Amino acid sequence: MTDFASDSILVLVTVTNDGQLATSAAGLLAAATSVGTPIALVVATPEQAVGAAAEAARLGATTVIVVEDARVSSVLSVPIVDALCLAWDLMNPDAVLIANSIEGRDVAGRVAARRRSSLAADAVGVSRDDEGVLVHHSVYGGSYDILSATSTGSIVVTVRMGAITAHAEPQPLVIERLRHAPSNKSAATIESFTPAPAQSSRPELRGAATVVSGGRGLGSLANFALVEQLADSLGAAIGASRAAVDAGYVQQSCQVGQTGVSVSPQLYIALGISGAIQHRAGMQTAKTIVAINKDADAPIFDIADFGVVGDVFTVVPQLIEALEAKKKQ
Amino acid sequence: MKIIVLMKEVPDTYGERKLDPETGIADRAASDAVLDEINERALEFALAHADRNPDTEVVVLTMAPDSATASLRKGLAMGAHSAVHIADPAIVGADYGVTAEVLSAAITRLGFDLVIAGNQSTDGASGILPAMIAETLDLPQLTNLTEISLDDSIVRGTRATDEGVMTVSAALPAVISVTEALAEARFPSFKGILAAKKKPYEMISLSDLNITIDDLSVPRSILIAVAEKPPRQAGVKVDDQGDAGQLIAEFLISNLLA
Ligand SMILES: Cc1cc2nc3c(=O)[nH]c(=O)nc-3n(C[C@H](O)[C@H](O)[C@H](O)COP(=O)(O)OP(=O)(O)OC[C@H]3O[C@@H](n4cnc5c(N)ncnc54)[C@H](O)[C@@H]3O)c2cc1C
Ligand SMILES: Nc1ncnc2c1ncn2[C@@H]1O[C@H](COP(=O)(O)O)[C@@H](O)[C@H]1O
Repeated sequence: MTDFASDSILVLVTVTNDGQLATSAAGLLAAATSVGTPIALVVATPEQAVGAAAEAARLGATTVIVVEDARVSSVLSVPIVDALCLAWDLMNPDAVLIANSIEGRDVAGRVAARRRSSLAADAVGVSRDDEGVLVHHSVYGGSYDILSATSTGSIVVTVRMGAITAHAEPQPLVIERLRHAPSNKSAATIESFTPAPAQSSRPELRGAATVVSGGRGLGSLANFALVEQLADSLGAAIGASRAAVDAGYVQQSCQVGQTGVSVSPQLYIALGISGAIQHRAGMQTAKTIVAINKDADAPIFDIADFGVVGDVFTVVPQLIEALEAKKKQ
Repeated sequence: MKIIVLMKEVPDTYGERKLDPETGIADRAASDAVLDEINERALEFALAHADRNPDTEVVVLTMAPDSATASLRKGLAMGAHSAVHIADPAIVGADYGVTAEVLSAAITRLGFDLVIAGNQSTDGASGILPAMIAETLDLPQLTNLTEISLDDSIVRGTRATDEGVMTVSAALPAVISVTEALAEARFPSFKGILAAKKKPYEMISLSDLNITIDDLSVPRSILIAVAEKPPRQAGVKVDDQGDAGQLIAEFLISNLLA
């Protein structure tokens, strides 16, 4: 049995339905590497475990703990929580890093409750001082930076997806297999799962360098194609306001804002979005903001680096044309 | 069926929200406090179930300062049958561990078939509590539901995850959390507001729940530092004179953004 370093950081890497690691794994392992010795935990069906472990090592895990459990596809959260607690007891980590995804939150909450540890949610980074691991948060739409820690013991941290873009050096694959010890805690049954349609060639919204978002001003599902055209011209991800999601122009996973995704891209372009405070909460930390809106008083202009008072249906096609012309030069 | 809806009062997202620079706790004086919208949707689901099934009892539960009374009364005015409000000076600035422990104890004391929470609170965006409560009470958790079907013994729902769409189910009792895909809440009627005044509203403290939270050996989240960032400034704003698309392209290219 391996001896684990005293500065071990346990990282839950999520295995998706098709056996790949979720895109959050790279950032989590990079964050762990920056504050200690990164140990990944893979909980997967036997067919998927080895491939996922190799990928975790490539992303920087010095040891990959593998727990094979066929229940992961039929029992919600609890098999992963059981495995995480088993790994925790082996190494007594300084911190446990988990993606702030829908699945990750549930696992983090259960693990923190079971181990009675501190929990820090929606971190945008981690660092270390003499006393231990520090957790960085960005709250109220990026208006405040907060630093938190635990009074004592290990801390469970959920890390905002896309917030950490660093990569750790690949490590040789060292696998530690653990025999599962099911807790038999009550859990929900997964009756069926339909994977989201395969990602297009567009970048993921979280972590994208450029985001083009559309709002109610687009007026219809058909018109929303204009947002996609500009996004494709810039190699950007697609975002939206809640009003555009509610109107059915685009799926909910594209929603930017208070109750959607928080993004901090290099460039954010808002098309036909008024800039309600809840929308701004999800994008005002972008490096550069460009907005096009018919209404000169739209609040989006208060935070735009370059604002155009105009009609998206005339301005955007001209913009796309100019960008395409530039590419041909 | 007895349904407990977990209600949280939060700083109004329509206003400017402030943190106390010393404690990092929400500065309640700086902004209006409202019921979190997602909790109103959760309550709406419970009330709609009660409309169809008259033997349903709906209790709203919060852990909050005394001042949250008006928010919880709104839940009663919308149609909840009773309210339980845990208030105690000791829980100011409580972390997730304390919050989960206290709410779990209150839930156990009340008795229930189903606990409904919001998927995430707008002042934390953590979405942690439903799973913590489920673990503490040894219950299944079905979080982030976009559709729910509920009968006397089973709750089933559609769950939007980051990787796809799941159908999940569990026998009651269970904890669920809902997303904003659920219907918007009803407004309290005038009759509802009057009726709310006569409904049971129980204030309880930690000693009523037999909880003490001053054990220093228990790990707690602590705040190390808070820094307010300067607000963003507006840049250039131009009226489209027929060349705005061209101007944006030039702006992007000169800033190496395209
Ligand atoms: C608790 C809570 C959470 C919320 N969370 C979010 C969230 O996560 N994300 C979010 O976005 N919102 C959120 N909202 C909603 C938010 O308050 C706004 O309702 C929403 O952002 C408005 O979307 P919009 O800007 O697309 O629509 P509108 O406010 O209707 O604005 C449409 C804009 O398009 C412009 N326009 C119309 N036609 C054209 C044209 N041809 N060319 C150019 N401009 C045009 C109009 O001038 C207008 O400014 C939340 C609200 C609450 C209460
Ligand atoms: N203090 C509280 N009192 C009652 N319910 C709460 C409290 N805090 C959180 N909740 C519930 O838990 C949900 C998720 O909260 P959170 O984990 O903080 O994002 C909220 O929408 C509420 O339903």
